[in-house]
Order: sequence, then structure tokens, then C-alpha cells
Amino acid sequence: MTASFLILALLTVAGTAAAMGLRNAVHCVLALTLGFAGIAALYLQLGAQFVGLAQIMVYVGAVAILAVFAIMMTHKPGQAEASVFSSHWIAGGVVAAAVFAVLAWAIASSEAVFQLLPPQPDVTVQKIGDALMHRFVLPLEIMGLLLTAALIGAVVIAMDRKEETK
Amino acid sequence: MSSLQGYLLLSALLFAVGLAGALTRRNAILVLIGIELMLNSANLNFIAFWRYGPAPAALTGIMFAIFSIGIAAAEAAVGLAIILAAYRHSGTTDLDEMNSLKG
Amino acid sequence: MTQVFVQLDQIFVIVKYWLLGFVPAGWQPLVSAIVSVVTVVIAFPALFALVTWFERKGLGRMQNRYGPNRAGPAGLFQPIADAIKSLTKEDIVPLAADHVVHFLAPVLLVTAAFLAYAVIPVGRNMIVVNLNAGVLFFFAVGSVVELSVFMAGWSSRSKYSLLGAMRAIAQMISYEVPLVLASVVVIMQAGSLSTVAIVERQAGYTGIWPHWFVFTPWGFVGFALFMIAATAESNRSPFDLPEGESEIIAGYYIEYSGFKFALFFLGEYLGMMATSGMAITLFLGGWAAPFPFLAWIPSYVWFFLKLLALIFGFIWIRGTLPRLRMDQLMNFAWEFILPMALFNMLVAGVWHFMPPGIPRWLVCIAMVATPCILLSMRLKRKKKLQLRTYQFAE
Repeated sequence: MTASFLILALLTVAGTAAAMGLRNAVHCVLALTLGFAGIAALYLQLGAQFVGLAQIMVYVGAVAILAVFAIMMTHKPGQAEASVFSSHWIAGGVVAAAVFAVLAWAIASSEAVFQLLPPQPDVTVQKIGDALMHRFVLPLEIMGLLLTAALIGAVVIAMDRKEETK
Repeated sequence: MSSLQGYLLLSALLFAVGLAGALTRRNAILVLIGIELMLNSANLNFIAFWRYGPAPAALTGIMFAIFSIGIAAAEAAVGLAIILAAYRHSGTTDLDEMNSLKG
Repeated sequence: MTQVFVQLDQIFVIVKYWLLGFVPAGWQPLVSAIVSVVTVVIAFPALFALVTWFERKGLGRMQNRYGPNRAGPAGLFQPIADAIKSLTKEDIVPLAADHVVHFLAPVLLVTAAFLAYAVIPVGRNMIVVNLNAGVLFFFAVGSVVELSVFMAGWSSRSKYSLLGAMRAIAQMISYEVPLVLASVVVIMQAGSLSTVAIVERQAGYTGIWPHWFVFTPWGFVGFALFMIAATAESNRSPFDLPEGESEIIAGYYIEYSGFKFALFFLGEYLGMMATSGMAITLFLGGWAAPFPFLAWIPSYVWFFLKLLALIFGFIWIRGTLPRLRMDQLMNFAWEFILPMALFNMLVAGVWHFMPPGIPRWLVCIAMVATPCILLSMRLKRKKKLQLRTYQFAE
């Protein structure tokens, strides 16, 4: 439990909690990018440089931008929202709190977590690339297929059908 | 309290925050974002277990996280496209008002 | 004699270690980091001031006027006058603006722009941090700029700001893909994401000819694509639609004034210089001298000379080319640059596996020239190119 971990953890939790609680949806996404950046910093702290930088690139650079675009496309000006939370917010909050309680209890009572930090493994990007090309080549190919399918699928779903009939 | 425990507790907390958001928000986009947050907390677990695990040289945790980030990106794109299509259909992203789904 | 040149080359490194000798051992990593960061934070804004003068002077020459010529010799103190002006101006924030986001946008932009310099080697042993995934770090930081542009455009609550931000984000996302793909060829060839390793890979000469990646078929095409995409990424003319003065005033930072406006200006130039620095690292041999007999000149001098040459290229293009239209911009990105970058990766692979010699050159040149010609013919086919005819009111 170092000071840097505590600061990053606090930042991440504050960002994500604000993202789930703020009124303005764009503010939520901006707060969320803070949380994502905090998680990326935690990855860097754990020595996973490649994953941390990929996290920033994908979440801050792409997902957040996509989300704000979607929010602005679906926002109706002058629409007075009664509440940002749905009508069953009590049940949802209770479920989430219960899940956290169970997980925290499991973590606190587990004996597997009392480990010392092993020495920093030597993970270069080259090793990750080698692993991706040899041992994990099939998942990588499937990943590429999935991303292509998702790209085409997203365009087809979001395309305005009225344009075609005109 | 060991450091691994700290990471796991943080990850559980992030998961709970994401779950709370996904279950309580009215805006469909924010619900999707809550789901993304839950995926992220799972990634944090992968990386923490990789770092504290017995064989970090095998890179399994890192690979899981990389593939998971890729899948999350695909999920966000398709999810937002579905929300846009639903918005075009019903004129709202408010989940309480989207109650006309029938078999 | 050579000893003197080596010391001159390493003078900044030597000074840094001399300074570190005064602090206790426990503080040395922290002080070392602070010294490096302070150097970057002072050196590049100073260069930015010089570049603004250079740009105004150069554009003035191209347009048959003098440019700034009042403050100091040949207007050289104009940037200082500009800085004083923007510092003393009133900071106006629109009443309807989202104050917190409005304030954070320029701060985030400048922070991201400065962070990018952490992985650019400006000379031998002169890099802030030699990351194992340096190139990835550069692009990850670059993607944060999009977010700050969105924040600026959205928080101003002005339609011009929002239009400019939307244009800028669409353009940046479209051109970020070719920017990354164009640099992938270098990573394939160098076998590393570390910027220092990439520069070292380009060291050495055949005769007097340097082993820079730009002097290979795939490297040349990669460099051209990288520079085009870099022009679009930094919103420079002819891709300056997001801030076209005559269309949407100044785009996403129209509602900023005084020092915050200056920060946007600074962030934009820092971004342009960082991307140029990355182009130098990836394709132009980094801090290496172009000829072996010039290697006695210190490495950082070469880096900054190359940087100024690339910036002069940007200024020249700005002075000569008209602005594109939005659909032309998008078509160019998706129908020419992106497929070309993908073809280029194939060529780099062929180059890697063919034995060195003349046939390899011929095959690779043919392989990059054919798609280039076909794609440009495809782009041209849709348009009727003819002399414009004007109709005047009678």
C-alpha cells in the first residue's frame, strides 16, 4: 500500500463515482475519462506498460469520444429530466452494495492474497508481440474478425434507413 | 493489508460503482458506460493477478487484458449503434420510457 | 580534437550530471526528472516563439509583404510583444459557458502536448524517458488532444465552437488511423517501439549515404503519408477547416481570450513540433548527421535543424495551398491515404523478406507506385477537372 497507489485509487474511484452520479451526461463521460486514465496509471504502476497505454488510446481516445458523440446526437434541448436515476434506483443500489459486500468479504477472508510482490518481470513489447504471434495467434485472428464484424455491424445498425428510400 | 488485496478491493469497488450505474441510471448511454466500467475492473484484476502471480513471464494476464480491451471497444461501438437505432425508433434514450419491447 | 567534439555533443548531459552531484543520492532520481522536464518546458515554448516569428515572416515573404518588422531587429521580438499582450488581456468567459470544463480544456491540451516530448530523443543520450513502448506512448498522448478539443468546443456553448470541434474531431479521428499505420512500417523494420532503438537502427552510412528509413521505397511513402496525416492532425492549412477564419471564425477556441487563447495557440504549435519530431525520429534518422563528414556537429543541432526544415515545409504549404472542403478531406483520408498506408505495410514486409540488391528496389518501387497511381486515378475520375468559369452579375 504505497502512497502512489492510494492517490491513484482515490482519483479513479472519485472519477468513476462522479461519472455514475453527475446530472449532465457529458460531464459524466468527462469524469469517466478521469477514471479510465486512473486505471491506466494503475496498469503502468503494475508494470504493464503496453496495456496501460492501450487503455488510454482505446478508452480516452476512442470510447469517450464515441460516447460524447452519441450523447450529443440523442440529446434534446429543453428536455427537463425529472431525475437522472431510474424508478428502481433503490433496488439497483442495494444490489450493487450487496455485490461489493460479498466481494470485499471474499477478498478479506481469502488467504491467497497475502503474497509479497515478486520481482519486476522483464516484459518488453517484443515479448508481447512474440506471444501474440505464436501462442495467442488464434485469439488474435478471432479478435481481428470480431472487430471487423463490429465495425460493419455498427455502421449497418446506426445507418439512417430513410436515406436509402429517398 | 497486502498490496494485492488493495488492488482487488479497488477493483471490487469499481465493479460495484459500475453495477450501480448500470442498474440505476436512466440514460441508456450511461448504462452502457457502467458496463464498460465493470469490464475495466475485471481487467484490473487480471493485471494485478498477473503481477502478483507465480508465473508473470507467461504474460497470460496481459493477454487477457489486451483481448478484453479489444472486445470492450467492439462492444462500445455496437452498443452505441444500437442505442442510436433505438433512439431513432422511439425518440428517447430514457430507459424508463423504452417499455414497448414485445415478443 | 575529437574529445572536444564529443564533449560539445554531450554538454547538456554533462551539465545535468554536474548539477546532480550537488544533491544527496536519495533525491537524485527526482531531481534528474525535474531537470529534464524543466528543460523541455523551457526549450520548446522558446522554440514556439521563434517559430511564430518565422511563420509570420515566411508567410509575409510569400505574400509580398514584410511581416512583423517593428519590435526588435527584423521583428524578432514580436513574440514577446504578443505574449505581453495576451497576458494583459482580460480573460472573458461566456456567461453560459460551463466554467470548469471551459477552464480545463486548454490546460489539458497543453499538458498533453508537453507529455508527447517525453519520448522524443533530441540528441545523443538526450531523452526525458526511454520508454519501451515509446511510439505507443506518443500516440496515446496524442489521442487525449481530441478530448480537449471536444471540451473546448462543447463548454463554450457557441455554435461556431461546437461546429469547429465536431469538424476537428472527425478530422483527427480520420487521420489518426493513417498516422499510426504509416509509422507501423518503421516499427516492423526496426523491431522495436522504443524511439531510441529506432534512431539507433538508422545509424550508419553506405558511402556518404545515411541509412535513414526515408531512403527506402516504403519509408519514403510512409514519410509522405505521415506528414500529410500530421498536417491534418495539427489542423494546419490546407486541412484547417476546424478553424477556418472565413467559415467558422476560429473554430473551437473562438470563445477563448487572453492567456487561454495563447495556451491553445501554444498547444497547437507544440503538437505540430512534436509530430515533426516524431517524423524525424521515425524516418529522418533522429539526431544523426546526414553525411558522415558532418558528424562532428553536435547531435541536438541536427535535430533542431531538421525540425526547422520540416516546420518550414508546413509554412510553405500553408502559403501555397487553398483549404479543402469537408467531403474532399474525408474522401482523401479514407480513399487514398488509408489504403495507401495498408499497401505500404505489405511493401515493407516484401522488402524485409527479399534479399538486398537491385531487384528488391525495383519490386518495391513498382509495388508502391502502382497503387498510388491507381488510387489517384480513382480519386480524379469522379471530378471534372477544367478551368473554372466565372459568371458576373450584369
